[in-house]
Formats: sequence, structure tokens, C-alpha cells
Amino acid sequence: MAEEKAKGKKREKVPRQKMLEQKPEDRVKNFDEVPFGYTPELARLEAGRCLQCKKPKCNDGCPVEIDIPAFIQLIYEGDFIGAAHKLKEQNSLPAICGRVCPQEDQCEKVCILGKKDEPVAVGRLERFAADWERAQGKIEIPEKDPPTGKRVAVAGSGPAGLTVAGDLIKKGHEVTIFEALHKTGGVLVYGIPEFRLPKAIVQAEIDYLAQLGVEIKAGYVIGRIKTVDELFEEGYDAIFLGLGAGLPLFMNIPGENLCGIYSANEYLTRSNLMKAYLFPEYDTPIAKGKNVAVFGAGNVSMDSARTALRLGADKVRIVYRRSRVEMPARIEEIHHAEEEGVEFHLLTTPARFMGDDDGWVTGMECIRMELGEPDESGRRRPIPIKGSEFSMDCDLVVVAIGAGANPLLPTTTPGLELNKRGYIVADEEDGKTTKKGVWAGGDIVTGSATVILAMGAGRHAANSMHDYLMSGQTTWP
Amino acid sequence: MFRILEKREMAERTVCEFKIEVPDIAKKAQPGQFVVIRANETGERIPLTMAGTDPEAGTINIIFQVVGKTTALLRSLGEGDEIVDIIGPLGVPTHVEKLGTVICVGGGTGVAVMYPITKAYKEAGNHVIAIVGARTKDLLILEEEMKAASHDLRVTTDDGSYGHHGFVTDVLKQILDGGDDVKLVVGIGPVPMMKFLCKMTKEYDVKTVVSLNPIMVDATGMCGACRVSVGGRTRFCCVEGPEFDGHQVDFDELVKRQRAYLTEEKVSMDRFTEQVPE
Ligand SMILES: Cc1cc2nc3c(=O)[nH]c(=O)nc-3n(C[C@H](O)[C@H](O)[C@H](O)COP(=O)(O)OP(=O)(O)OC[C@H]3O[C@@H](n4cnc5c(N)ncnc54)[C@H](O)[C@@H]3O)c2cc1C
Ligand SMILES: Cc1cc2nc3c(=O)[nH]c(=O)nc-3n(C[C@H](O)[C@H](O)[C@H](O)COP(=O)(O)OP(=O)(O)OC[C@H]3O[C@@H](n4cnc5c(N)ncnc54)[C@H](O)[C@@H]3O)c2cc1C
Ligand code: SF4
Ligand code: FES
Repeated sequence: MAEEKAKGKKREKVPRQKMLEQKPEDRVKNFDEVPFGYTPELARLEAGRCLQCKKPKCNDGCPVEIDIPAFIQLIYEGDFIGAAHKLKEQNSLPAICGRVCPQEDQCEKVCILGKKDEPVAVGRLERFAADWERAQGKIEIPEKDPPTGKRVAVAGSGPAGLTVAGDLIKKGHEVTIFEALHKTGGVLVYGIPEFRLPKAIVQAEIDYLAQLGVEIKAGYVIGRIKTVDELFEEGYDAIFLGLGAGLPLFMNIPGENLCGIYSANEYLTRSNLMKAYLFPEYDTPIAKGKNVAVFGAGNVSMDSARTALRLGADKVRIVYRRSRVEMPARIEEIHHAEEEGVEFHLLTTPARFMGDDDGWVTGMECIRMELGEPDESGRRRPIPIKGSEFSMDCDLVVVAIGAGANPLLPTTTPGLELNKRGYIVADEEDGKTTKKGVWAGGDIVTGSATVILAMGAGRHAANSMHDYLMSGQTTWP
Repeated sequence: MFRILEKREMAERTVCEFKIEVPDIAKKAQPGQFVVIRANETGERIPLTMAGTDPEAGTINIIFQVVGKTTALLRSLGEGDEIVDIIGPLGVPTHVEKLGTVICVGGGTGVAVMYPITKAYKEAGNHVIAIVGARTKDLLILEEEMKAASHDLRVTTDDGSYGHHGFVTDVLKQILDGGDDVKLVVGIGPVPMMKFLCKMTKEYDVKTVVSLNPIMVDATGMCGACRVSVGGRTRFCCVEGPEFDGHQVDFDELVKRQRAYLTEEKVSMDRFTEQVPE
């Protein structure tokens, strides 16, 4: 059977397999992960749907070029550990990517089966194989190359920084990660909630790096405790900046500093990183709104809205100035939010907030929008409709309209060129910045993007850093 | 993990000073900067100003007033105990230059924040007059230190139990009326004190700097919890402050934002006192 399939002749005629998941009415009461994942049977059934195409398209859709048909075939054959190893040849964080990648825009979008039928559930299979390996406790610690005597500093421990650290430690370099927060993982720990990405999974990846010998220094804000130049003085030979896009944007409208109005970063950081959802076991408080409005319609907004529900809100509304088709969130996240009862108020934007005497938000004035000509992002520009103002009550607001570049490190690093929006200028191919010996990648270069793109940027930078360190190159770039 | 080397209690156990071993921060810290402390694994991140540093010994000093759960928990620690996280140095250092006569006004635990700044102004060659105040004599802190850090120290108590009977602003007014050419006033203390002080110095048209203390979470510019309105613009206090032009600050907004979690803070404190009876 497997043989026949491998020749691309036959496939199992079954529909795309769903993962079992918590029922919406149950899961809004807890912070546990929503899907349970595939069972081995479901995974093999789904793997059997893959056509094992001679010229597969899925691989091209994957930013880190995982050999997708090969790992799926291994699952089909029941070699789940083998599948996990295959994934790890290209992607060091498959348990995370299987959960948070926008597969519908990547591998699954171009999957050949998807032309006639629904595409193979590549993400779910990736998640299954990685979880299997972790559950068996069979995480292999690979052989490292002999020590090179070179030292690398990585600032920021999001997916970009973690990838660089993992790649370079295996090549025999000494690696230190400096993370500003007290916990490593970047957005994976402070932003994405437990119910979508259990923190134990992220911690397992960090532990793995520590086992490989990566030195981890949390609570080190580079630019303050040490500047980039001071790191060179201390003997680091190359430095990677994976700082993320951690500057919250506000709308700059009246009343925005009322109590009960959070940036998504603050709201999610309180809940995820500081575990305010477990208050008072954990000390950090979080305002629990009954009537919540979330601005924006990306993954960050969906995460905020679903967090608010779990913290006990009666009503949660996503308020978005464009229409449904422009919503940037992953389809699965929108779907989950809707199932859980989040309401969508589209083509609407706030004009100002109202508050009570104690300075707490009580409501907002909104304006209806219509869509005009496409703007530079290619999406139709929302235009306010005159005279359409109306008010809405709310006692908690989360502003999730995007993020910018935090200027803290760049402003203390002479020689590092930034673009107009404050992001670090780095070569698209190899991540080299304008400063000798310094690379950058991930959201701090591209602006808010995805986990997998940050990892891809980390991979390219790591290769370039390795070449630089081994060649003894003295010129730049 | 960071070890507490020395502990000193003052102001009838409402204020406590720690000397802590944090070599990397001690090397880098400058007056006006603060650290974020997380006492234990379930703890909150709270900002505390460094009241002093010893780069050679690798230590920093913090002085905190016990106002709630975290500061009460910190006070319950002793010499040799360890703190899980200390992150810093954070915030923009005080911009110290030689100006002439500078008045440093500290109220309550604001005196602790003021101490290294006062010292720095004196070292920069200014004539420094310090005014420190407390509700009553026993709550006054760092009198000796402030005396050494300034050329002229004035003390006030609200109840008249020591020094001038009244508020720090009364003494400030006397000095300003005296016609000295005061170049700068630095005011650090409870928000009502800073607000009143700024109103006064504005009348005299004397430049005034205040150090703000909004609620913070990350203190690296990532969350916006610490936003304050200065001159009608929203600023992130943790990365753009904590010092601002006092004549531009919206103190009323600051007070409201500081009080955002009163209910939760009480829950935490009550739980703590139940678990750890005094
Ligand atoms: C709530 C939320 C949900 C998301 N959901 C998804 C999703 O479902 N799928 C997806 O693909 N993407 C998602 N994203 C986007 C994705 O998480 C990011 O694109 C990705 O994490 C970027 O990785 P990075 O390594 O560039 O930076 P980050 O993950 O942002 O990590 C940067 C790290 O650097 C640290 N740092 C910053 N400055 C300094 C300094 N000066 N010194 C030391 N350390 C510093 C920060 O504290 C942080 O830990 C989401 C983002 C958010 C906020
Ligand atoms: C830049 C800065 C420097 C400071 N320096 C000092 C200092 O040197 N000595 C000192 O005694 N105090 C200082 N503070 C104030 C100190 O951070 C608070 O008193 C402390 O956080 C109270 O925590 P708690 O758990 O004991 O009390 P809680 O009961 O939690 O809170 C009591 C009050 O403290 C404030 N507060 C609570 N949580 C925070 C937080 N995460 N961040 C900031 N404020 C908070 C609130 O206004 C609250 O109403 C500083 C604050 C800032 C912003
Ligand atoms: S394109 Fe789709 S069907 Fe073809 S190999 Fe890739 S996953 Fe399988
Ligand atoms: S405390 Fe988070 S931005 Fe200032």
C-alpha cells in the first residue's frame, strides 16, 4: 500500500480529518489548549490523503522548505519519530509552527490536492509528529561540531533568536542569549495565550537549547545593561538582533489613557507572561471587563478577545475598520473566536472614549466606515461616513491595531541604520546590518510578521554568521 | 537569583533598605535610573529606584516603602535571602549639569529617589539646597545622607514634631521669595505634593523636574502601562522618563491611573497578611 502511494498513484479517499477539540461552551471557562491534536489513527488517515506528488507544490509554500511529502509519508508508515526528525532537518520548532503557522497562506494554500478537494492538513500533521516525539521523551541531543572558539551574542529570544542560537551552537560556536524579559520565548510566551500555544511546549524548546549548551541570560535589556559595542568589547565575535516589533501602537484619540484601556501587549503580557489569569495565586492583577471592545482583527485581536471571554466577560466585540475579507487573522482563529461567541463589528472605528469620575472607561463614540480605493497595502481604504457617529458602552478596551519598532536598542547602537519606520535595515538574503559584525532578523526588520518568517530569517542569518566567523573576514559587508 | 547582603529598617518599619549583589547593573547604573524587581516565581514586577550603587563591590541599594503585597513580601526577606529577578538599569538617567542654585525637594519615600540625584547635582558643582519632608519625625528617612549630599538641608514635618512645622512647599516658597537665583527645582514625592509644587514654581517661572511613578509592567517600552500625558502628548514613562518637565504633566490623570487596581491590591495584601501574620 505504502509502495503504491509512494509512486503517487493512489490515495485514501477520505475527507480532511479534523482534530478533536474542547467544546466552545467548555473552553471559554478555561485556559487549556483548544484542540487535543490527532490520535495516531487520525494522523495516519490524514497522511494517507497526501498524493506524494512528483512535483509537490507544498514545499515551495513553506518558508523554511520542509520536505513535506517525506515527513507525511513517514507518518503514513507509522514512523512518527522519523517524521519528527525529518521536520527538524529544516524546522527546529515544529510543535510551535504546527500550531501557529498560517498554513492556509503557505503550504496548504498551494497543495495540489487542494485544487479539487480540501488540502492535506499539513499543519496538524506537523503538530502531531512533534508532539509524539516530545511525549515519548525521545528528544535527541545532536552531536555538536568541534568548538570553534568563537562567541556569539543573541539579543532577543523570540523565534528568530532561538533559531540563530540553535543553529550556531550546533556548529560549535559559544552562544549566549540575552532576553529583556525575565522569561525567554518572545511573543511565544508573552503574547500568544496558553489556550493556543501551551507554555510547556515553548519551555521544552528553551530547555533543549540549554541542554545543547546555550547560555541564557534573562532580564538583560541590551542597550541598557550592555550596549552592542560593549558586547564586542567583552569578546563576542558576532551579534544577532532579534528584538521583535514590541512597541504598541495606540490610536491617539481622546480618552485613550482612561483606566481599562489596554494595549494588546499589556493585556496579553499581564495574562500570559505574568499569569494574571491565575490572580490571586499570581500577584499581577488584570481588569476583568464584562463588556469588552477589542480594536483590530489580526491574531493579536483574536487572542485578546478570547482571553477576555475566559476572564469572564459577558460580551466581547471585535471592532474593525475594514470588512471581513481584509481581516488579517488566521482563518482558524476567526473561526474559534466566532464559535466562542465573539461578536464582529466591521467597518467601524472609534473616535473617542468616555469615562467616569474615577477615570475608568465607560463607553466610546464610533464612526461607520465604507471602503474606497485600494491603499498601498492593496486593501481597500476605509473612509469614515459623515454623520454616522454612534456610541457603544464598554468597560474594557484592548487596542490591537499593530506594533512598531522599539527604539531602545537602536538608539544606543551607533552605526546601525534604521528605515523610516524605525526598523533595522538588514540584507534580505543574509540579515547583515550596516554595522560590522551585527545581523538582524524577524519582526525588528520586517515589521510584525509570522513565527515561521522570523525563524527563516534566523536561519539565513545563522548561515551567514557561521561563514563570517569561520572565514576570519575583516571587511563588511 | 540575587542575594540580599544587608537589610536596614527605618521609619518605624514602614521603609526598608536592601543592599543587593547585582554586579552587571551596579557597573552601569546612573542617578535617576531604576530596576524592576520580581521577588519570587508568582510575583509581580515592580519598579524601584536605585538609591545608591557601588560598582567595585557590585552592589546596588534600594529603599522601599511598604505599601502593599510585594513591598511587604520584600520586607519579610532578610540578609542572605535571594530575589528571583532584578532587571535594569532602566529609565533615562538624570540630566545633571552645572546650573547654579538647585533645590531638591523630597517627600515621603521620594527622599530615597531624590538622594542619588541630589548627590549628583552637588558633585556637578551646583549649590544644592535640599528640602525633605515627612508626616512626622519618626517617618523621616535619610536625614544624614541628605545633609551630606547637599549644601543646605531643610527638614519639615506635617505635625511639627521636628524641623519646620508644615509642608516642604512652605519652605520652598520662602526660598523662592528670598530672591535667590534658583535655576532648577527637582521635586519627587507623592503625586499631590508634586502637583502642588509644580503649580507654585510655575508662578515663579522656575524650571521644575519631577520623577513620575505610574504603574509599570515590562518597563522596557513594550506595553504602554506607564503612559503619562506630558504637554498633551502621551509618553511612556519607563523609557522616556521617569523625569519630566513638571509644568507639563497631567497629574490628575496619573493619580487615577495609579489607582486602577485598588481592589485587587487589597485582595493580595489581605491574603498575604493571612498567610504571614506579623
Ligand atoms: C498576540 C500575538 C499573536 C500572534 N499569533 C501568531 C500566529 O498565530 N502565527 C504566527 O505565525 N505569528 C503570530 N504572531 C506573530 C509572531 O509571534 C511574530 O511575528 C514573531 O514572534 C516574531 O519573532 P521575533 O523573534 O522577530 O520577535 P519576538 O517574538 O517579538 O521576540 C523578541 C524578543 O526580544 C526581546 N527584546 C526586545 N528588545 C530587547 C533588548 N533590547 N534586549 C534584549 N531582548 C530584547 C523581547 O523581549 C522579545 O522577547 C503573533 C503575535 C502576537 C503579538
Ligand atoms: C520609576 C519608579 C520608581 C519607583 N521607585 C520607588 C522607590 O525607590 N521606593 C519606593 O518605595 N517606591 C518606588 N516606586 C513605587 C513602587 O513601585 C510601588 O510602591 C510598588 O510597586 C508597590 O507594590 P506593592 O505590591 O507593594 O503594592 P500594591 O498594593 O500592589 O500597590 C500600591 C500602589 O503602588 C503602585 N503600584 C502597584 N503596582 C505597581 C507597579 N507594578 N508599578 C508601579 N507602581 C505600582 C500603585 O499606585 C498602587 O496603588 C517607584 C515607582 C516607579 C514607577
Ligand atoms: S502538494 Fe499536497 S498532496 Fe502534494 S505532496 Fe504536498 S501535501 Fe501532499
Ligand atoms: S511599563 Fe510597559 S511600556 Fe512602560
